[in-house]
Amino acid sequence: MRLTCQARCNIIRLRTRQTTTLKKGTTMQIVNTETIPGATVVEVKGLVQGNTVRAKNIGRDIAAGFKNMVGGELKGYTELLTESRREALSRMMAQAEALGANAVVNVRFSTSAITSGASEMMAYGTAVVVQ
Amino acid sequence: MFAASSEAMSTADNVGLIINLVVYVGLPLLVLSIGWLIGRVQEQRHLSSLARREAELSGIEVCDLRSPPGFAGAQGRCELVCGEVVIASDVFKRWLFALKNIVGGESRTFKVLFDRARREALLKMKERALELGCNAVCNVRYDSSDIGGNAGGTQKKSSAMAVVLVSGTAWRREEA
Repeated sequence: MRLTCQARCNIIRLRTRQTTTLKKGTTMQIVNTETIPGATVVEVKGLVQGNTVRAKNIGRDIAAGFKNMVGGELKGYTELLTESRREALSRMMAQAEALGANAVVNVRFSTSAITSGASEMMAYGTAVVVQ
Repeated sequence: MFAASSEAMSTADNVGLIINLVVYVGLPLLVLSIGWLIGRVQEQRHLSSLARREAELSGIEVCDLRSPPGFAGAQGRCELVCGEVVIASDVFKRWLFALKNIVGGESRTFKVLFDRARREALLKMKERALELGCNAVCNVRYDSSDIGGNAGGTQKKSSAMAVVLVSGTAWRREEA
């Protein structure tokens, strides 16, 4: 698949962002599906979950107030959601690691608003041992 | 003396009237028109950016089947990929929606907003799948979140935001 210059720039930007924010030792495989192709589930360790509550800070709030008048993507809130998701997933992986699993399957997300400006994001899945 | 004071009062009344007009009619009109103009420009720009990026990333196939045909023979590692986006509506859209609330019916203004947010979130997920070296995404699921709004009742102004989260499993299809 040929890539245009813009797509290549996007990829480079995503790659650098990913390497700076990935936590150490996150080599556990997580998937959305029930099975991992090429591997069989040997043992089911149980349900694992990770959650986080993030609140926006003042800097993002002022920009959001202006953007609420003219519309458009709120990049501050999007970053907030991305960080919440990463944190929830790494907590879930830590719980799975503690149980002795090496993969998490059937991962789902659940979000809820706690108060205006703070949201809780939870990721849950089944920790399994695959071979 | 009475004529002079009545003239002074009428100019004072005029000035008061003008100030009232400016503050209660002119200023909201100005805010609405700024919101409408900039909102419209941003929407057009976003829609054309979406069309361009969708054409670029059309090679990555997306489906919401749990195991699409060919999934069992996937090469490499499968990984969870997510996309998320928050898009705010402008003040003109909310005013239009408040008017529409009086008569009821479908509101097309917010439909376009949510469409944009879903397309953007899906594109972000596809970009992350591409970065991992995958060329297909399966088991795509949409979620929504409510981080704006009057959840705690502490905000005076309502803010309608489209928050979309999408997640899926990226895999590499064997190329024949």
